[in-house]
Amino acid sequence: MKEMMEKLREASIKAILETEDVDSLENLRVKYLGKKGELTGILRQMGRLSAEERPQMGQLANRLREEIEEALEKRSQVLEAVRMEKKLLLETVDVTMPATDVRLGHKHPMYNVLDQIKDIFIGMGFEILDGNEVELADYNFTKLNIDEAHPSREWTDTFYFTEDSRILLRTQTSPMQVHAMETKSLPIRMIAPGRVYRKDEVDATHSPMFHQIEGMVIDKGVTMSDLKATLNLVVEKIYGEGTVTRFRPHHFPFTEPSAELDIRCHKCGGKGCPTCKGEGWIEVLGCGMVHPKVLAGCGIDPDVYSGWAFGMGLERLAMGEYKIADLRLIFENDERFLEQF
Amino acid sequence: MKCSRKWLNEFVDLPLNEVGDRAFAEAMSISGSKVEATEDLSTTMKNVKVGRVASIERHPDSDHMFVCQMDMGSGPLVQICTGAQNVQQGDLVPVALDGSLLPGGVEIKGKPLRGVESDGMLCSYKELGATAHDFPYAIENGILILQGDYQPGDDMAEKMGLDDHVVDFEITPNRPDCLCMIGLAREAAVTFSKELKLHEPSVQAKGEGNIADMASICIEDADLCPRYTARMVRNVKIAPSPEWMKERIRNAGMRPINNIVDITNYVMMEYGQPMHAFDFSCVRNGEIHVRRARAGESIRTLDGTERALTADMLCICDTEKPVAVAGVMGGENSEIVGDTAMVLFESACFNGPSVRRTATALGMRTDASSRFEKGLDSQNTLKAVERACELIEMLGAGEVVPGVLDVQPVPYQETVLPLEVEKINALLGTEIDAEAMKKILTDLGFTMEGNLIHVPSWRADVVHYSDVAEEIARFYGYNEIPVRFTGAISTCGGFSLEQQCERQIGEILRSLGLDEIITYSFISPSYYDKIRMPKDSPLRDSLKILNPLGEDTSIMRTSILPSMLEILTRNYNFRNKAAFLYEIGRIYLKRPDGLADEPKMVSIGMYGPEVDFFRMKGIVETLLSLVTGAHLRFVAERENPSYHPGRCAKVYVGDTCVGVFGQIHPAVGENYGVSAELYCAELSFDVLFDNRKSLPVYQPLPKFPSVSRDIAVTCRYDIPVGEMIECILANGGEFLKDCTVFDVYTGHHIAEGLKSVAFSLTMRSDDRTMTDEDAEATVNAALAALKHNFDASIR
Repeated sequence: MKEMMEKLREASIKAILETEDVDSLENLRVKYLGKKGELTGILRQMGRLSAEERPQMGQLANRLREEIEEALEKRSQVLEAVRMEKKLLLETVDVTMPATDVRLGHKHPMYNVLDQIKDIFIGMGFEILDGNEVELADYNFTKLNIDEAHPSREWTDTFYFTEDSRILLRTQTSPMQVHAMETKSLPIRMIAPGRVYRKDEVDATHSPMFHQIEGMVIDKGVTMSDLKATLNLVVEKIYGEGTVTRFRPHHFPFTEPSAELDIRCHKCGGKGCPTCKGEGWIEVLGCGMVHPKVLAGCGIDPDVYSGWAFGMGLERLAMGEYKIADLRLIFENDERFLEQF
Repeated sequence: MKCSRKWLNEFVDLPLNEVGDRAFAEAMSISGSKVEATEDLSTTMKNVKVGRVASIERHPDSDHMFVCQMDMGSGPLVQICTGAQNVQQGDLVPVALDGSLLPGGVEIKGKPLRGVESDGMLCSYKELGATAHDFPYAIENGILILQGDYQPGDDMAEKMGLDDHVVDFEITPNRPDCLCMIGLAREAAVTFSKELKLHEPSVQAKGEGNIADMASICIEDADLCPRYTARMVRNVKIAPSPEWMKERIRNAGMRPINNIVDITNYVMMEYGQPMHAFDFSCVRNGEIHVRRARAGESIRTLDGTERALTADMLCICDTEKPVAVAGVMGGENSEIVGDTAMVLFESACFNGPSVRRTATALGMRTDASSRFEKGLDSQNTLKAVERACELIEMLGAGEVVPGVLDVQPVPYQETVLPLEVEKINALLGTEIDAEAMKKILTDLGFTMEGNLIHVPSWRADVVHYSDVAEEIARFYGYNEIPVRFTGAISTCGGFSLEQQCERQIGEILRSLGLDEIITYSFISPSYYDKIRMPKDSPLRDSLKILNPLGEDTSIMRTSILPSMLEILTRNYNFRNKAAFLYEIGRIYLKRPDGLADEPKMVSIGMYGPEVDFFRMKGIVETLLSLVTGAHLRFVAERENPSYHPGRCAKVYVGDTCVGVFGQIHPAVGENYGVSAELYCAELSFDVLFDNRKSLPVYQPLPKFPSVSRDIAVTCRYDIPVGEMIECILANGGEFLKDCTVFDVYTGHHIAEGLKSVAFSLTMRSDDRTMTDEDAEATVNAALAALKHNFDASIR
């Protein structure tokens, strides 16, 4: 019986090691260890043995079972590893193939820039106002100290809805200054971005509809110093830290003193190049102290309150930021354009 | 406004070699006279010298060319071939030497012509960028044979006044006084702290008689003409102007014509006062009437065009007819011609807006009108006409008649303001003392009388202390004003709820794969036909722009759909395979007061291989669910003519319709020339905002497992599945948590006109594990309700 077990050990270990797949291995388990398996067959003959031999043989048989089981397990692990490797090999993909389309939309580039500016001003305590575009001439012009004979009121420049030139499409976001002063409680810190309209034919730098951002602060003790400090900070946020600015006298009917803010050309550092048309400076926005007459016209006492305001064009800013050469692209809405931002 | 720096130096000492163009531009710009560009004229023409033809002989190999040996004043003779036929030995001619540069950027290189070396080119006046007026003695098609003060070796650029730098200023409309040399000189003098050297014109007028006995002026429409000044010149000798005058006129961007015309232009550039010269013999009865045109009057202007005049146009007339359109252009009937003997010089002040409107209406904006329209100084007319007469005498162009006609219907009122030092400093954030302020003002030509500021007549823009503050700030230096925040920020700021909602919608739509677009607010009225809007739709009543750029941008949209369709079409025409677009834009609805309600619309548009009704529905549903959190209802919409009658739905939150979406009607697509299926949605932002989700309250997670059961029923084919789901949810009882459709089937085994619909019901109890009986009861309740409402029977 001991010999039979020895033979079984040799035969089974050999067979297990030679097995090449999981199914045959399972067959071997049944063959050697199953209920009708060879080891069981051998154990059935235990009855014939003497009482002294039985525990001895029993021990041997158990050890043999353990050995076969161990061999089966080891072989199984090896075969499993091989099987996994083969499977994974079959599952190999070409990682350079295109990805499955996960489509996210894009914000319009101009509104990217606008949102950046909104965030800057919100961080400085400003709120954002939204106003109507169909506007009274009173708000677009008169209350902004723009006299009846001003050229911008001409029908060649402004779109009108009524023969008496009373109702128009706003030509600037500045009427929002008046609306804010008339409806908001003081102090006011606001920006008002929006669409404005002028009678310009469409070309690479003109559009009859475009966008401006108006901004205004009204409070006690506001000075031109404050205007400069705030706008310098804003410009640094937009154009990067260390951007050099200069304030240059200019003229707007509703601010006095008025200024234009230039930044030193980032391309040439001020030496003069095609980007800044040789000037070394790039004009960024118009600003000034709210004209005391405008304050008074909106029911605010200019002896108690003062304010400053600014206005800037959004298209030009976005075009500069993204190096967009032609304004028409902004309103063309070609997918191939929109997807770039 | 072009300004010759050489000319400017006559008034302010700013030599070109001491103050370079960059420094000049920088300083002038930051004191308020913005420099647009500077140009060194000497760089436009280089190495063109005067040469004397030492000898000339025929070209050995050409029957029309000559070979000249040129004496250039010094050095060896230069050999030059020319095809010109008007050159003779001894002539002085301009020679573009080898390596020279001519105006227009033409470079001249020496090269053999038919085998004979030619070290440059002999030039015509055109090649020097000049006109016949510059060299009236020259023939048009030939080499310029120089006359007068020229020596071999002279530099032509210098001779022609090109040793000058021209500065182009952008002058703001409030400063018409800076549209002349004297005005700019005043700014430059204060900017550079230099003396302003002004010249007082003096006229001899030694002859006999007096203008008052020869002519008269009557201002009939004083509202449009605050002042009219005139002087007379007799025995006029029309001739070319001297070189120095021609140079200045050229460098300031105008063309020299003859002495009389040049003098008027010269004075305009020097004093900023446009002038006009009339042939006095053409002024009937010697009477000048300044009046509005009469019905039916017309005038042939100097440019040879017959122009009909309207009753709002101011004219200069004699007793019978207009002889000039005031401030715009003279008439041909009183033009200075070769035999003009008596000239009347007009130096007047006209109402700016009136001149602008007249010039615009007649379509001729002239140098004069563009100045008048900004509103000129009425106190400048006399000085300017005196200067013109002084120049007449200086040039020997005629005899000035004694006396001046000067009519000023309303006396000039000087502006006087108090100097409010504290207010000015409070506005600027500075601590400038009164003396420093007074100095700046005095330098600028204001006169101080104690604490009173007398504003000079040319500064009509200064009427308020804030204007004075700007004057102080300009020369104190905008960039010297301290940079500091004046107080603590006392406002909070932030987005309004509406703005937050708008941002959220944009974020959701982008996360759903849509790209943002921006479209014009105005459209063409024909677009309503294109989207098949009913003829009687109230939305056709749009706000109409009375002066649009064109039909395509002539009305304010009342529907956002045409804008989206236009952009989809454009992308389709660009052959983009697909487009996924959205816009949050306004529509403009007429209000009784003439203004507009401008509600925002959420507009979505798509086409492409993976786009169908249910993709659009998914986008709409996701957006609305996230924003409102409410239960949505979709109802088939068959009546909207812009959409496919079988693929269009209205979506409701409660009883409120949010909008419409679906496939665009193929007939609309055809109107846009698009054969692809287009899908659009038009949703009201206001409804979305009004129904926005309130703050969510945490719901405990289920403690007990859910059970699901599937049921299938047959019913009439046309029963909407959505309604069946609503019915099941309404009648399923307390355990029913969800109901979805997973199959709709027609065909084999299902009778004609019927369909089979399979639902999956999810049930759960919040306080115990569901029993089979609970589930059975729910299923039976659902089936009973389906049977009752839709006559649907279990399969």
